[in-house]
Amino acid sequence: MTSTVESRSEPAGRGAPSGLVAAARAPGWVRHALLVAGLAVALWLPNGLYPAVAVDILCWALFAVAVDLLLGFTGLLSFGHAAFWGVSAYATGLVAIHLGLPLPAAVLAGALAAAVLAVPIGYLAVRRTGIYFAMVTLAFAQLVYYVANEWRSVTRGENGLQGVPRELFGLDLTDDYYFYYAILPIVLLGLAGAWRIVHSPFGRVLVGIRDNPARARALGYPVHRYKLTVFVLSGFVAGLGGGLFAVSHRFVSLEVLHWTTSGKAVIVVVLGGIGTLWGGVLGAGIVVRLEDWLSFSGFEAIGLVTGGIFVVVVLLFRRGIWGTASALARRWWGRRD
Amino acid sequence: MTAFLQSTFNGLVSGAFYALLALGLAVIFGMLRVVNFAHGAFYMLGAFGAYVLLAEAGVPFWVALMVVPLALALLGMALERAFVHRLTRLDPLYNFLLTFGLTLILQDLVKLRYGVQSSPYEMPAGLRGSVDLGLFDFPTYRVFILGFAVAVCVGVWWTLARTRVGMVVRAATERPELTRALGINVGRWITPVFGFGIALAGLAGVLAAPMRAVNPLMGADLIIVVFAVVVIGGLGSIFGSVAAGFGIGMVQAWAEAYLSAFPIVAQTIVFIVMAAVLLWRPAGLFGRAEAPA
Repeated sequence: MTSTVESRSEPAGRGAPSGLVAAARAPGWVRHALLVAGLAVALWLPNGLYPAVAVDILCWALFAVAVDLLLGFTGLLSFGHAAFWGVSAYATGLVAIHLGLPLPAAVLAGALAAAVLAVPIGYLAVRRTGIYFAMVTLAFAQLVYYVANEWRSVTRGENGLQGVPRELFGLDLTDDYYFYYAILPIVLLGLAGAWRIVHSPFGRVLVGIRDNPARARALGYPVHRYKLTVFVLSGFVAGLGGGLFAVSHRFVSLEVLHWTTSGKAVIVVVLGGIGTLWGGVLGAGIVVRLEDWLSFSGFEAIGLVTGGIFVVVVLLFRRGIWGTASALARRWWGRRD
Repeated sequence: MTAFLQSTFNGLVSGAFYALLALGLAVIFGMLRVVNFAHGAFYMLGAFGAYVLLAEAGVPFWVALMVVPLALALLGMALERAFVHRLTRLDPLYNFLLTFGLTLILQDLVKLRYGVQSSPYEMPAGLRGSVDLGLFDFPTYRVFILGFAVAVCVGVWWTLARTRVGMVVRAATERPELTRALGINVGRWITPVFGFGIALAGLAGVLAAPMRAVNPLMGADLIIVVFAVVVIGGLGSIFGSVAAGFGIGMVQAWAEAYLSAFPIVAQTIVFIVMAAVLLWRPAGLFGRAEAPA
């Protein structure tokens, strides 16, 4: 989406907006320094923020990266990713409550459930592209929402699923501070997995499909199958985030499946920068922190702020924070060479 | 048989709302290539407009039915000039995102002012009671809605098919460059067409006020169903969108009547039909296939 869009609005040959290209161009030491800095921030985070907020940021970072895998690197806007986030939240909660599995196993089970759900939804949705893909995924997510709402014996309807245990091999993780460090490895694994997908030959084909689907097909790539595969992988990553979210809140409500949750994930990605992968992590940090601050200060109309962010970013700031920063950095290096 | 006809009629009435909303979406999409996420929010504003006019100024239903869609058309045109217009040259997804942001803002503005409870709207005098339709009595207001919506749809069709304005809009929808080359100012029509689509959503909202709960979120879930309706009908086809609107209304009513043991089916049948259409005719029942991707 980004590249075709920007190339129409800007002179040809200038400013490749995708983070993929930016990462390939930035000198190695810059990328390593950024990685070390990112890890340092991740390790420090619960000391600088409320640990509960830091935990939410981790979960939403996974969610955003999952959405960006589709939007930024395959050119598919999924407006229904709450289905995978939410189904995994319920599945993780149910597994943890009824089977008593430890945290990583429960979250893995939830993410697998999300991936399984992504197969039929993705199979149908990849038959359309562009704006239709967004509408179709939104509609299927609403279907999942209605089913969860109706299937009270399992989901407990509007009361929600309560008492999800927070336990890891007998360790008590009720303190958010320790919980953060317990789930950080899972989150980093998920993020590394997403990075690996993007930088694999498979990921290169995805970008090729994004930029020129007809040519990718002419070269013999089964476009639908590639899209379906990344859709399922994305569902899995979103599911990891949703499962961790369920355990961290020890409670799952229908809100995890609502379309506003899907929309929030898209906001996070667009604000961070479409097609930048790490932009989504940054966007998650900003949006979660901002919403926490707003609800803490008693401001009720959060939609005014998130909606406003959306309008401003889409109108003036389409590269997002990460995309803008890397474009500036690129220009600076370009001048020095 | 009577029960079947009755549920069919009820389905046509709820289908009338889908059809009006889908028609507005299709008209806007045809001219601007924009899928307006805020359509549900404008439907809600239409209902709220009627409610506020009656409750705070005593303006009757019939006046609201004229004034509110006009006012919303102006608001829509202003938003088109201020925001949507700037993004129409880019990927349509950006305008989808923009109108999603506008939806959140509009909903929360109304919520801040009027809260989230539903407000009652009195049935207009003259449309209370029921009429005898031969086989069964039917609430007058529902008969009115159905007749009114069909008249609007036919009117829009006639305008598009038979008038010079309609010819220009159809030409600009199909081949914008060629239409410009023939010396027609296509840009001139974009803003009014957007406003017109918004007015249709507002009209549906005013019609819904006496029948459905007026609250800030009334358009939010509805718009997703309408998206499924236009995917089924094919957004590029105005006739398809309207036909799918009425059709889905009826299918839903039949599912409610005959599958009442499974309430979930009636709620989700539109999405199930959408899945079937995606399998069978991915471009929609009346849509043309996109370029292969």
